[in-house]
Amino acid sequence: MNGFFLDFEKPILELEKKIKEMKEFSTGESVELSKEIAQLEKRLTELQRETYSKLTRWQRVRLARHPQRPLSSDYIKLMVSDFVELHGDRYFADDKAVLAGFGYLEGRKLLIVGQQKGHDTKERQYRNFGMCHPEGYRKALRLMKLAGRFGIPILVLIDTPGAYPGIGAEERGQAEAIARNLREMTQLPVPIIIAIIGEGASGGALGIGIGDVILMLENTWYSVISPEGCAAILWKDEAGDKYETAAEALKVTAADLLELRVIDRVVPEPPGGAHRNQRGAAEILKKEILHFVDELANVRPQDLIARRIKKFRNMGVFHSESN
Amino acid sequence: MEWFKKARVEIDSTNKKEIPDGLWTKCPHCGEIIYVKELEKEHWVCKNCSYHFRLKSDDYIKMILDDGRLEEHDADLVSGDPLKFKDSKRYPARIRQAQEKTGLTEAVRVGIGKIDGRTVSFAVMDFRFIGGSMGSVVGEKIARAIERSLEGKMPLVIISTSGGARMQEGILSLLQMAKTSALLSLLQKTNIPYISVLTNPTTAGVMASYASLGDIIIAEPKALLGFAGQRVIQQTIKQELPEGFQTSEFFLEHGFVDLISPRKDLKKNLSLLLGYLSND
Ligand SMILES: [Zn+2]
Repeated sequence: MNGFFLDFEKPILELEKKIKEMKEFSTGESVELSKEIAQLEKRLTELQRETYSKLTRWQRVRLARHPQRPLSSDYIKLMVSDFVELHGDRYFADDKAVLAGFGYLEGRKLLIVGQQKGHDTKERQYRNFGMCHPEGYRKALRLMKLAGRFGIPILVLIDTPGAYPGIGAEERGQAEAIARNLREMTQLPVPIIIAIIGEGASGGALGIGIGDVILMLENTWYSVISPEGCAAILWKDEAGDKYETAAEALKVTAADLLELRVIDRVVPEPPGGAHRNQRGAAEILKKEILHFVDELANVRPQDLIARRIKKFRNMGVFHSESN
Repeated sequence: MEWFKKARVEIDSTNKKEIPDGLWTKCPHCGEIIYVKELEKEHWVCKNCSYHFRLKSDDYIKMILDDGRLEEHDADLVSGDPLKFKDSKRYPARIRQAQEKTGLTEAVRVGIGKIDGRTVSFAVMDFRFIGGSMGSVVGEKIARAIERSLEGKMPLVIISTSGGARMQEGILSLLQMAKTSALLSLLQKTNIPYISVLTNPTTAGVMASYASLGDIIIAEPKALLGFAGQRVIQQTIKQELPEGFQTSEFFLEHGFVDLISPRKDLKKNLSLLLGYLSND
């Protein structure tokens, strides 16, 4: 492991480094040393389990933003064959924050629409950090409608810090673009599988987030507002010491959303998180997606749509006070 | 998205001023001192500068529906507290406080009324109730209003004002956008018209769902409309926002509303458009 690590990852990384050094040193000849290495490896597994089972919500938010975390393009590379990328909304531009195209997942045709953040500074700027403009939502909808016409199931990969708040975005109807997607995605006659692979920030995420199955990877978040935004407004937080509080209050993790029955499945990540083993993470996610693609393959379009409407129709918690 | 910033600013700075209880009040826009009785007659529009004071849901009901009558439905629905949310106050206490302040149960009122004799499914939001924010109850009441339209083949009229989704209900408030839009997809397949009226302010989660999905979209003059809050935009782009940014006039100019209607003509315009979009 090189490069960036989070504070709570440090003990794990240090132990890993020690094991690696010992292995290089021993070259398998000393029984004593092999024993010690085996012991350390056992401790590493325990330490990983311990650390990752009791992460706070804010720590999960930070893992979701880990710079080495796999992005939409990584999952596409690792899961999909013969990917053909398609561009543009046919109105205004090609939004680079959205990566979309056709591909095969173990022989099944899919349209894949993903938000793409970028791996390094240059790509991040090019991709606008995964923040869509209206043309991103319109590009996604254009291609999803195309998939709908040809009976091709849709996989959506969500990873965004929010829809872009800018002058051009407002001029070109950010609100209208998101609203339209919410309505139109409801009526698409093909299965839609949503997977939140990193950040799911409010309307920016929901704008491509209507589907039949909603999956969240273990170390991701999805919320009406970011913990930072919420802390600034409700706790008047300037110094950043209320992020933890806001994340706890908002209940933003995959486990929370499963409990609130907003998502269907939490997809586990390899030990230490998806960024420690991208291939492993993609393998697990692929199996989940295949399962649902096959399960939904024989549902009639009108039933898919009716179920989809019912799914969202039933969301919310309230009661009647008259009785 | 920091959808709430704008709403908070509005609540804190202008809401109180706009509900005068004395005989005279000052126009927050041009500073003119106006006789309140006079203002009432003018539908709370400043004669000097045509500034539109913010209205209560009651005022819209009186102004638009025949005999000022709404057969109200679902007023008994109150929010749960799924997140056990607490900031400076617990969420249920915040709801109670808003209820006491406004005499309303939630930020939207729905039901059936008539516009020039034509029966409509009607919804009107109220900014005084936690900034017109949308939680589960607002989403549910709008959903039921859409369903009433579908079942009764009645036109749908929604008058919006909102700072966005209600943070205290977390992800569930966000999903009310999906819920209301999903039901509007059914209306879209019929010939039942939906007219959306945007009043000051309509932003964020409400603007990015049902408020933007009208077959016809009418805005009141000079209302603040948009997706992102202005402070967030400013912090992101680090430059001054242009004059008139995110107003009704800006939205008209960029093609996102059908017309801007002064308040005194709102009922007339609704009535005319409902007439054009029905076969009777
Ligand atoms: Zn004035």
